[in-house]
Amino acid sequence: MLKVTNLHVSYGGIKALRGININIEENKIVTLIGANGAGKSSTLRAIMNLVKKDQGRVEYDGEDLTNLKTMDIVKKGIALSPEGRRVFANLTVEENLILGAYTREDRGEIKKDMEKVYALFPRLKERSWQKAGTLSGGEQQMLAVGRALMVRPKVLMLDEPSLGLAPLLVKDIFDIIKEIHSQGNTILLVEQNAKKALEIADYGYVLETGELVLEGPGQELLNNERVKEAYLGEAK
Amino acid sequence: MNMSIQEFLQHMANGISLGSLYALIAIGYTMVYGILRLINFAHGDIFMLGTYLTFYGIIFTPIPWYIVFILAPALTGLLGLVLERLAYKPLRESPRITVLISAIGASFLLQNLGILVFGGRPKAFPTPAILEKVLNVGGVSIAIVNFVIPIVTVILLIGLNYVIQKTKTGMAMRALSKDYETASLMGININGIISITFFIGSFLAAMGGIMWGVKYPQLMPHMGVLPGLKCFIAAVIGGIGNITGAVLGGFILGLGEILLIAFLPTLTGYRDAFAFILLIVILLLKPTGLMGEKITEKV
Repeated sequence: MLKVTNLHVSYGGIKALRGININIEENKIVTLIGANGAGKSSTLRAIMNLVKKDQGRVEYDGEDLTNLKTMDIVKKGIALSPEGRRVFANLTVEENLILGAYTREDRGEIKKDMEKVYALFPRLKERSWQKAGTLSGGEQQMLAVGRALMVRPKVLMLDEPSLGLAPLLVKDIFDIIKEIHSQGNTILLVEQNAKKALEIADYGYVLETGELVLEGPGQELLNNERVKEAYLGEAK
Repeated sequence: MNMSIQEFLQHMANGISLGSLYALIAIGYTMVYGILRLINFAHGDIFMLGTYLTFYGIIFTPIPWYIVFILAPALTGLLGLVLERLAYKPLRESPRITVLISAIGASFLLQNLGILVFGGRPKAFPTPAILEKVLNVGGVSIAIVNFVIPIVTVILLIGLNYVIQKTKTGMAMRALSKDYETASLMGININGIISITFFIGSFLAAMGGIMWGVKYPQLMPHMGVLPGLKCFIAAVIGGIGNITGAVLGGFILGLGEILLIAFLPTLTGYRDAFAFILLIVILLLKPTGLMGEKITEKV
């Protein structure tokens, strides 16, 4: 469905990605794990054309997205919930969600989707009139995910949704990702929390300094010795 | 020094209408700053263009004045949009100082183009007769413009507030002022929103320009410089980037200036300096301006 081929990205001469190939199939959760600076976020940002690609191709359902503007990629149904939440602090919770549906014209359906998001995150409903900047970190993360859902994405990309959250909230977020997936969504999940991510993923990729070093079904990677040692903190 | 209540009310009316004009022009500075972090130094010259367009519209076309009063600002809005496309958009990725210098250049260009095209000699603004009347309310004689200006300003402000608070475009503007990248992830057309911002700011400046022409009916290619500078100060006093602040700053400056002259006529020569002194005082006491917020971010 979403296919990334031979992706190269560099920042001022420093290579961040060196030939990444990723394939995301419909209705699957695919995860990208790796250490800090491995190039996980760069991959997502390159897919959305937020950073320039040196080389490579992004394809969605056979259509070439490589050189489309970010806003047009969003219109094709690819949504990214960025790292660090990035909610619009000066807008209310509801306005943040409305902006998520910015490209859509189907008012009735937008209303329905908003109710869905509120059902998924009841906390947001309670705070719909509050400025997003006044929310707690966990609530902001919920809002960022909800806002991306408002795109009604065909592929939902989540960049570190559990970053900086209390352990209890981390569990909540992963439960919600599973729930979103069970509603028929395709998800590309980028995580430092490799264990949690692989547990729910159908397929996983392991990134190291800009290169893919391993790939396979989530369960398989969970049991892989190398992954265990490097990312799951388990001794051999 | 004695001042009758009538005189005082006249001064107040005068100050409020001047404040209204400052407010309308200051909004353009603050909106553009809010989104591009750019001080659009050519904004005062856009204001000048708006008055000249109105002048030519009334003198050389058979279009009735009240329609010119809407058409000319709309045309000025388009000019503002074109200015952004030509002078600022190509520098979107450049350091801010480069864009600032481009803005200063655009300002000089427009002034000199004004001298070339409109001529350097002052022109008299063709004020419609109905706006030249003077009303006499209980011994206080107040020019009708001093009523019209605040009323028109309030209507424009209500319209602007609606656009910014209630429409999707307004939400996109507010989102853009905080975070470009995330705004583009919402599918927002950044260049489109920036164009709309320039259109609105320039439209309001031209509206201010028309009313300025009615109040002070003398047109010159350099007429935008001082009001431009003062309205920039008004925007800073209010907290640049904040629209309510710009309006507040405009009124403080307009009223302050008129009341200073009224109560201390000997200081009349310093009326322009007043704006700068006020700026310094407010920046010393509250560096973010009256309504400016500190930038805090939750990580």
